[in-house]
Amino acid sequence: MADRHETDPVISVRSLRMSYGDSVVLDGVSFDAHHGEVLALLGPNGAGKSTTIEILEGFRHRSDGEVHVLGLDPAKADETWRARLGIVQQSWRDHGRWGVRQLLTHLGAYYEPFSTTHRPRPMDVDELLETVGLTEHARQKAGSLSGGQRRRLDVAIGIVGRPDLLFLDEPTTGFDPQARRDFHDVVHRLADLEGTTILLTTHDLDEAEKLADRILILAGGRIVADGSAAELSREVEGQTEVRWSRGGEHFVHAATDATRFVRELFEQHGSDIGDLEVRRSTLEDSYMTLVKRFESDPAAERQPLEVVR
Amino acid sequence: MSTSSLRPSGAVLHATRLGVRRGGIEMMHSLTNRADQIWIVVMNGIFVGVLVLQRSSDLGSTGYSLAVATLPGLIGMNVVMGGWMGTAQMLAVEREDGTLLRAKSTPHGMLAYLVARVTLAVLNTALGLVIFLVAGLFLLPGLTDVPLTGWLMLLAVFLLGMLATMPWGAVVGASVKSAGAGFGLTFLPMIVLIAISGIFYPITGMPDWLHPVAQVFPVYWLGAGMRDALLPEAAAAAELGGQFHTLTTFGVLGAYAALGLLVAPRVLRAMARKESGSAVESRKAKAMQGWS
Repeated sequence: MADRHETDPVISVRSLRMSYGDSVVLDGVSFDAHHGEVLALLGPNGAGKSTTIEILEGFRHRSDGEVHVLGLDPAKADETWRARLGIVQQSWRDHGRWGVRQLLTHLGAYYEPFSTTHRPRPMDVDELLETVGLTEHARQKAGSLSGGQRRRLDVAIGIVGRPDLLFLDEPTTGFDPQARRDFHDVVHRLADLEGTTILLTTHDLDEAEKLADRILILAGGRIVADGSAAELSREVEGQTEVRWSRGGEHFVHAATDATRFVRELFEQHGSDIGDLEVRRSTLEDSYMTLVKRFESDPAAERQPLEVVR
Repeated sequence: MSTSSLRPSGAVLHATRLGVRRGGIEMMHSLTNRADQIWIVVMNGIFVGVLVLQRSSDLGSTGYSLAVATLPGLIGMNVVMGGWMGTAQMLAVEREDGTLLRAKSTPHGMLAYLVARVTLAVLNTALGLVIFLVAGLFLLPGLTDVPLTGWLMLLAVFLLGMLATMPWGAVVGASVKSAGAGFGLTFLPMIVLIAISGIFYPITGMPDWLHPVAQVFPVYWLGAGMRDALLPEAAAAAELGGQFHTLTTFGVLGAYAALGLLVAPRVLRAMARKESGSAVESRKAKAMQGWS
C-alpha cells in the first residue's frame, strides 16, 4: 500500500531549534510520526505549533536540529516531495470566483505527473466531493460557500493529491457538530484506508482525544508530553472524580485510585449507594495540569514526559 | 523513488500548460463577473468618449484631429495599465488572500501561478487593444490605411511593452505590505504619468522641464511607439523634436524589460520563500483591523 520503507518514520524531528534574534521559539523539539499515524499537536498560543508545522512543510528554515519528512530534509526537498504532502491551511477567501468542482479539478491536475500504481493521483473529484459532503455544491462558487462548507473545500484541496502525509491546521474551526463528526470520519478513513499520516493542530481537546493516536503537547518551545490520551491522563496522576448518593444526599470525591475507593465505598455502605458515576480525568484535565506544571517551573520539564507504549 | 516514472522536465511542461489554462479560466471568470463587466464597459466607455470629443480638436498644426493621436496613446497606456498596474494589484491581493500560499503548497504551483499571471495580463491587455482598435475603425478615418509594417510595429511595441512593464508590476506586488498599498502605489503614479506623458494631449504642450521626467518612464515611450506605428509621417510634427524616435523607443522599453527580467525573479523568489500560513494569517489580521 505505502511506497517503500513502511517502518521508517514519516516524520523524524531531533533537537529542533528555532529562534528569531534573541527570542527562542523552539528549544530542542524531538518526536517521530509513523506510517498511518494520527498525531495531534497541542499547546497554548505562541508555544510554537505553527512554527513547527511550517518547518515540516518546508515553508520556514530552522535554526538548528535535524528534520526528516518523508525521508528528506524539507529545507532541501523538491517538487516530487511536495506532491506527496497535503496541506489544509487556515484559509480566508482565496479562489472565490472558482467553482468548487472547477477548482478541485484544476488543483488535482498538478498531481497527475506524480501518480504511481500504489497511489493514483489525483483523487477522483466526484468521489472527493462525496467524501467531504460537497456534492450538492459542486457548481457553486467558492466565494459563496458558508464558513463550514468552505472549510470542507479546504480539506478537499488538501487531500486531492492523495497525500502520504497531511497537515491540518485547526481543521474544524467553524464546523457544526454534524460537520465535525463527518470530518472525523474523513480523517479516520484517510489514516486507516489510505495509510495517510496526519499531523493536526487544534484547540479542541475533545477532538484531539477522538482523532489522535498520539498527542504531543508543546509548551514554551518544548514537547512536555508525548503519548495517547489515556497514557497522558494516567501519567499526570489525574484524580478520578467519583459521585454517588446515599440517603438522598449527593457526594463528590476526587480519588487517586478510583477502583479501590469504590470497592471500599460498597464494602462500607452496600446497597445504600445510588447514582454512582466515575469520571476519569479527561485530556483537558491532563492538558491543564501539564501546561500549568510547565508554566510554574519551566526548568523542571527539561525531560519531557515520555510514555512507553 | 517510486515516483521516478516522471521526468522533471515533463512535470515542468505540465505545470506551464496548467498555468496557461489557469489564466484562461481566470479570464472567463472576469468576463462573466458583473463587477468586472461594469468596470470594463465604464472605463473603456470613458476612453472612447474622449476619442469622440477629440475628433473636432486639432493635433497641433499637422492637419489631423487630436483623436488620431490619442487612439495610439490609449493603446500604449493600456499596456502599462495591464502590465504594470494589473500585475502589481493582482499579486498584492493574492498574497493577502492566500492564493499564493496555495500555489506554493502545490507541486510546481508557483511556476503555474506566474504563467497564469502573464497569461491573464496579456489577455486583459489584448482585450483593451481590440476594444480601442474597433472603436478607432468606426471613429477615425485613416486607420484602415495603416500599412502592414505599422501593424507589425504595433505588435512589437505591444509585446515589448508587456515585457517592460509586467516584471516591474511583479516587483511592486511582491514588495507591498497589503492589497490596499498595492493599489495606492500603482494607481496614483499611473494617473500622474499619464497626465505628463502626452497620452491625451501632445507632450509638446507641456512645460519643457517635464519632458525629460516623462521620458524616464515607459508610459511615454509606449504612447510614442504606438503613435509611431499607427500615424502617418506628417503627424510626427506634434512629437518632441518633430519626429518619431523609433530606435530610442525600442531601446528604452528593451532596457526596462531586460532590467525587469533580471530583478523580478529575485524579488519573486524572496517573496515566495517568505510565504507561509502565519504570514497570510498576520496579513489577514491586519486587513481585518483595517475594516473595523
